[in-house]
Amino acid sequence: MGGLRRASAEAAAFVVAAVVFLVPFSFMLLTAVKDDKQAADLDFSWPTSWPVVENLVEVISARDYVLLRAYVNSTILTVASVALIVVFAAMAGYVLQRRAGRIGALANFLVLSGLIIPPAVVPTIWLLQALGLFKTLPGLILVEVAFGLSYAVLLFRAFVAAIPRDLDEAAMLDGCGGFTLFFRVIFPLLKPVTITVILTQSVAIFNDFVNPLYFLPGDENATVQVTLYNFQSQYSTQWNLLFMDIVLITIPPLLAFVFFNRKIVAGMTAGAVKG
Amino acid sequence: MTRHRPDTGEAGSRAATVAGLPARRAHPRGVRRRTGPAYPYALYLPAAVVYTVIFLIPTVMAFYFALTRWTLFDSEFVGLDNFRDFLAEQNLSIGFRNTVVYAVVTSGLKVVIGLGLGVLLTSKLRLRAFLRSVVFFPVLVSTVAVGITFSVLLKPDTGLVDKVLALVGISGPDWLGDASTALLSVALVDVWKGVGLATVIYIAGILSIPQDYYQAVAVDGGGAWHRFRHVTLPLSWPATYSVIILSFIGGLRSFDLIWTMTRGGPGFTSDVIASIIYKQYQAGFFGLSTAGNVLLFVVVTAIVIPLNWFLGRRQVAP
Repeated sequence: MGGLRRASAEAAAFVVAAVVFLVPFSFMLLTAVKDDKQAADLDFSWPTSWPVVENLVEVISARDYVLLRAYVNSTILTVASVALIVVFAAMAGYVLQRRAGRIGALANFLVLSGLIIPPAVVPTIWLLQALGLFKTLPGLILVEVAFGLSYAVLLFRAFVAAIPRDLDEAAMLDGCGGFTLFFRVIFPLLKPVTITVILTQSVAIFNDFVNPLYFLPGDENATVQVTLYNFQSQYSTQWNLLFMDIVLITIPPLLAFVFFNRKIVAGMTAGAVKG
Repeated sequence: MTRHRPDTGEAGSRAATVAGLPARRAHPRGVRRRTGPAYPYALYLPAAVVYTVIFLIPTVMAFYFALTRWTLFDSEFVGLDNFRDFLAEQNLSIGFRNTVVYAVVTSGLKVVIGLGLGVLLTSKLRLRAFLRSVVFFPVLVSTVAVGITFSVLLKPDTGLVDKVLALVGISGPDWLGDASTALLSVALVDVWKGVGLATVIYIAGILSIPQDYYQAVAVDGGGAWHRFRHVTLPLSWPATYSVIILSFIGGLRSFDLIWTMTRGGPGFTSDVIASIIYKQYQAGFFGLSTAGNVLLFVVVTAIVIPLNWFLGRRQVAP
C-alpha cells in the first residue's frame, strides 16, 4: 500500500509542478505562434492557424531590425563584461585569499559593501558623462563589471582557499613570481569556478534590464531586454509579436540551461552556501 | 574563514621539502628570498580601478548630490530639502513601507517554499531530476519576460489564473489593478521566479547533512516529522541563512519586476523605493532621485547588517 501512496504523492507533485512552472512557459510559446487576432484573446488555447514564420519575420524586421542590433549589442555587452569580470575578479580573489593584512581587510570590506550597497545611479551617470562614456556600450560594460565584481571575487576567493599553498611555493622555487605564478599556475586551476562565474554572470548580464535602461537609453543602443520593453508599448495589441520576442530572447538562457544545468546549479550553491 | 600563513621565503623552502618536491633547476639568482611579494597587490589593480571609478566615487558623491538641486551640469546646495520632500510626500513614504513588506514577504516565502521543495526534491522521488530542472529554469529567464507573461496571466476575468479560479467557483480579484493586492501579486511572481534558487541552495544544504543523524533518528524510532524537525531543519541553517540574506537584499532593491508589472500602480500603491528613484530620475529631479538612493542605502544597511549579525550569531550556536 505504501507503494501506491508513494506513487500518488509523486503524481500529485508532478502535476502541481507542471501546472505552476510549465504552464506559463507553454502560454508564452502558444501565444507567440498564434495570429494577431487569436493572440489578442490572451487565453490558453490551441492556435487555429500557425503563422510562425510570419511572426518571426515581423518581430525581427520591426523598427528597422532593432532586434538584430539588440542581439549584437547584448552579445558584445555580455562577452566583454564577463571576460573582464573573470580576469579581474580571479586576480583580486587570489590575492585576497592569499595575502592578509590591512589592505586585504579593506578589500574584503569593499567586496562585501558591493554586495549590499545599492548603486547610486544618477551620480554614476554623471561620472560616465564626465568620462564621455554615457550612452556608450563601453560605459555600460564598465558598469556591469563594477557591479558584478563582488560576487565573482567571493566565488574565486572561496575556490582559491582549496588550492594548497605548497603549490605556490613550489612554483616560486622554480622562479615564478607574482604575475607569472598567477597566470601560469593558479588561473588554469581555477577552471571549475571560472565556468561557474561565466555562466551565472552571462545569464545575469544578458537578462539585465535596469542598467541598460539607465545607462544606455535609445534604440540605436538597445539591448534585447529593452527591446521587449519597447515592443510592449508599440505592439500593445499585437501580443503574438511581443511573445515571439520573449521566446526569441529566452533562447540563449534556455540553451545555457540545457547544456550547463548541473554546473550552473553546482556553482550557484557553492557560492551561496559558503557565506 | 580563510587561513593565514606568513608568506615568507622560509615557508617556501620548508613547504617544498614537505611536499617532497626536489628544488630542481636551482636558479642562478639562488632561491628567491622574497625580493618581491609572491602575491602582488598589483593584481588588485584592474578590479580596484573599475570598482573605485564606477562604484565607489558615485556612491560617495551621492551623499553630496543628495543635498543639492541638480541638473547633472549644475548643482545648487539645498541642504536636507530633498530628504524632507522625499519623506513628506505621502506617495513616497508608501514606497518605504512597500519596500520592506515586499522584502519580508518574498524572502519569507522563499525560505518556506524553498525548504519544502528542497526536502521533497532530496527525497526518493522518482521524478526529482526533472522537477529540479523545472523549478530552477525560471531563475534563468529574464525578469521582464516573466513580468510581461504574468501580467497577462493575472488579468481580471480573462486571465488564466482567474479562469482557473472560476472553475472552482472563486471569482478572483483584479490582481494587479486592485490597490490592496497589487504589491502582493508582484511579490508572488517574484517568489515564482526566484524560488528555484532557494530550492537549489536548500538541496545543497540538505545533501551535506551526514546520514548518521538520520540513522540515529531511525534507531530511536522517530518518524518523518521527527527527522525534519530535529535534523533537517536545524542542520540546514546555513542554507536558510544564505536564502534569507540573498533574497532580502534582492527584495529591498527590487525594481524590474515591479516596473514591468505595475509601474508602481495603481496610483502609488505598489511603488517601492527603487521605482520612485526611477520616476524622479525620469522627471529630471536628479537631486531628489539621488536622495532616494541614499535613503535606500541607509535602509538596506540598517536592516541587512544587524540581520546578518543576528543570523550569523545563530549559525555559531549548535
